[in-house]
Amino acid sequence: MASTYLTKSKSFIIHTLKSKLHYTTRTSHFTNSLFHHRLLHTLSPLPPVPKHANYYSIGKDYVARRSHATTSASSQINQLPVESPSSQILDFPGGKVKFTKNMIFTSNSTEERVNCYRVLDDNGQPFTDDIDLLKINKELALKMYTNMVTLEVMDTVFYESQRQGRISFYATTTGEEAINIASAAALDNNDFVFPQYREPGALLWRGFTLQEFANQLFGNKHEYGKGRQMPVHYGSRKHNYITVASTVATQIPHAVGAAYSLKMEKQDSCVITYFGDGGTSTGDFHAALNFAAVLEVPVIFFCRNNGWAISTPVNEQFRSDGVVVRGKAYGVPSIRIDGNDALAIYNAVCEARKLAINEQTPVLIEALTYRAGHHTTSDDSTRYRSVDEIERWKGDQNPVKRLKKWIESKGWWDNVAESEYRSNIRKQVAQAIQVAEQIEKPPVADMFNDVYDVPPRNLNEQEAFVRKTVKKHREDYPADVPL
Amino acid sequence: MFGIVRQNVGGARGLSSQGLNSMVRLRPIASVIRNYSSATKEMTVRDALNSALDEEMAADPNVYVMGEEVGEYQGAYKITKGLLDKYGPERVVDTPITEAGFAGIGVGSAYHGLRPVIEFMTFNFSMQAIDHVINSAAKSNYMSAGQINVPIVFRGPNGPAAGVGAQHSQCYGAWYGSVPGLKVLVPYSSEDARGLLKAAIRDPDPVVFLENELLYGESFPVSAEALDSSFCLPIGKAKIEREGKDITITAFSKMVGYALKAAEILEKDGINAEVINLRSIRPLDRATINASVRKTNRLVTVEEGFPQHGIGAEICASVVEDSFGYLDAPVERVAGADVPTPYAANLERMAFPQIEDIVRAAKRVCYRSVPLAATA
Repeated sequence: MASTYLTKSKSFIIHTLKSKLHYTTRTSHFTNSLFHHRLLHTLSPLPPVPKHANYYSIGKDYVARRSHATTSASSQINQLPVESPSSQILDFPGGKVKFTKNMIFTSNSTEERVNCYRVLDDNGQPFTDDIDLLKINKELALKMYTNMVTLEVMDTVFYESQRQGRISFYATTTGEEAINIASAAALDNNDFVFPQYREPGALLWRGFTLQEFANQLFGNKHEYGKGRQMPVHYGSRKHNYITVASTVATQIPHAVGAAYSLKMEKQDSCVITYFGDGGTSTGDFHAALNFAAVLEVPVIFFCRNNGWAISTPVNEQFRSDGVVVRGKAYGVPSIRIDGNDALAIYNAVCEARKLAINEQTPVLIEALTYRAGHHTTSDDSTRYRSVDEIERWKGDQNPVKRLKKWIESKGWWDNVAESEYRSNIRKQVAQAIQVAEQIEKPPVADMFNDVYDVPPRNLNEQEAFVRKTVKKHREDYPADVPL
Repeated sequence: MFGIVRQNVGGARGLSSQGLNSMVRLRPIASVIRNYSSATKEMTVRDALNSALDEEMAADPNVYVMGEEVGEYQGAYKITKGLLDKYGPERVVDTPITEAGFAGIGVGSAYHGLRPVIEFMTFNFSMQAIDHVINSAAKSNYMSAGQINVPIVFRGPNGPAAGVGAQHSQCYGAWYGSVPGLKVLVPYSSEDARGLLKAAIRDPDPVVFLENELLYGESFPVSAEALDSSFCLPIGKAKIEREGKDITITAFSKMVGYALKAAEILEKDGINAEVINLRSIRPLDRATINASVRKTNRLVTVEEGFPQHGIGAEICASVVEDSFGYLDAPVERVAGADVPTPYAANLERMAFPQIEDIVRAAKRVCYRSVPLAATA
């Protein structure tokens, strides 16, 4: 099922590329006023499109085609017969358009929504035993499962620590553990991650330790952010995970830019960016998808459609058939997948990555899931949704439980291993919190550096002034902030 | 006097390029006072910017240009002329009409190591993208704790042109100048344009580069040193265009030319004005400004932007903080009128500082005429 869908999209891409090349030549005519009035007439066929037109041939072809077309067209003009005005096809930039005598407005919705790709059913059993589809061995499956459990436990314990007043803020990924881990598992460590704020799993998969997470939450001197950000705003250059910024959806065009840079460097990697259903309403989402398609860059747009944007349900966020149909509008190959099915996510992201890198195209993945937790610790979601709804999704749709059923059925896991693992992780997280709490805060110098590459004189003066003041009034200065 | 008469004749629509060119011919007389190296060649600001872009793109393959009309159209103001043919569509990227989009994409590519030069057709359109300039570019190095630096340049014409109305005439120096993490540059002459743009492109921090549409066509003499491809001006240093001892006039961009003319008029009235070309709004060269005020004891600031919370306000505060005892008169700010820019030529002329406004302000701080406060 998955493979047929994606094969279709592959041919779609080649078709799009072909008509795009067609388009670029047409554009050159379009802008040249000399040929403007000839727009409706088809010109002679262009030289054949290379089968896998990579970016560089497009660039060269573009320049070559312009000169070719301009010189050949001028001779064509004299030879072409004038076509009849009742011609059935309009040769418009972007491809031929058929005329119709029926005035039909496209509907605001389709009868059937775009189908959702899944591998495991509600009981964690695969729809097919096809080995090819399940290229997930025991080692990988267990690594994915244990990471998902770690994420689940970590979220619970850190959330509790905020409730106890030990950290100021936290955002859980409850219900989205499969998205977090399985998508990261399908990527290479060199692929850049541009997160929103509900994807610490990608960091966890790449080796970020529980202690490193705890350090950021407590803003102590060991954390990579030097205590400058709110909790959950992780960032790590060495893990190729761009620092989380609270601004919604700004990371989407950033990802496109980074993918453009990758393309210019001709690197064998891609960029992935995550965002929620709410983020797709922003101008940044629109501009980024549009641009990515035009620039032909290797970026995976991963939408976590979890049903809620704080208190806004999806039917108040948009009226389209979710996010997957928007990809088509921008000319981006897209797929809808079950966001609570780790294996489906793994397969889809693997394939998307191949597409993105080999075809140099953006790909949109809409993963249907549910935000089982509150938006953040500043939110109480029972105020705008029923407890029943939350409990239902925490039940059999729970991604951790579904994957557990599958690995148990394969004989790779059991309840003993489960309880042992969970209590182990719980202890580790609690330990990490205790340690992080004791560590000193970042030194006062970290308030003034990194504003610019080289600290400017005014900030140096201000820092000196602060130190002088502290020296004079030591008793007023907090004890856990080193100088 | 000669200057003012010529100004009026030149047309109500501000200084025409013809007017300024003839003014430039008066400069050699003044150059005896200023420090000029052997200035044999003249270059327009447009050519200066174009050559700077060309040289930096040739030197570093990571530098690329992105914006509306920068490629096929050769640039809305022809600043990027010839670059598409020379470097190809990969490095000179024409964009759809979405400032938020291409600013965000530029920032993202800078996160990954490219060095984009993003062109806003005018800085008025940067308001569509200002979240990316401030939150995604300016604050990134700090908020990522040094893990992500953003070597990006946002450039384009700033401030009023001639008869383009309120939505195309605002000056953004004060807005961007208030943001930590940004550098804001304001070139005046061709040498400024070349040296500062090269410095901006090479700088590892995000730079907002505010040009002026009416200056694009202006010719200035350039030294042989400035024509060299390694030429660079330091960021954060103002230039004393004209030395004087009675009064300090600070200005940037087009207003530097006006201030210099005002200084010539004041000379005839026995007031010897020192004109400072700021070149850089952030970092502001407080040292040079204060040293000058300590010498002259009087200050007039000139800008085209709105008066409240403007550049002049910051300069005045800086001088009051550092050199209060040296001031012999209150500081005067000459700024644009506190109205959205009117289109009608006569109204537009009244909405922006003219040379005579600067002259009058200078005389007021010299107590040659009644201070404004006394007339209230």
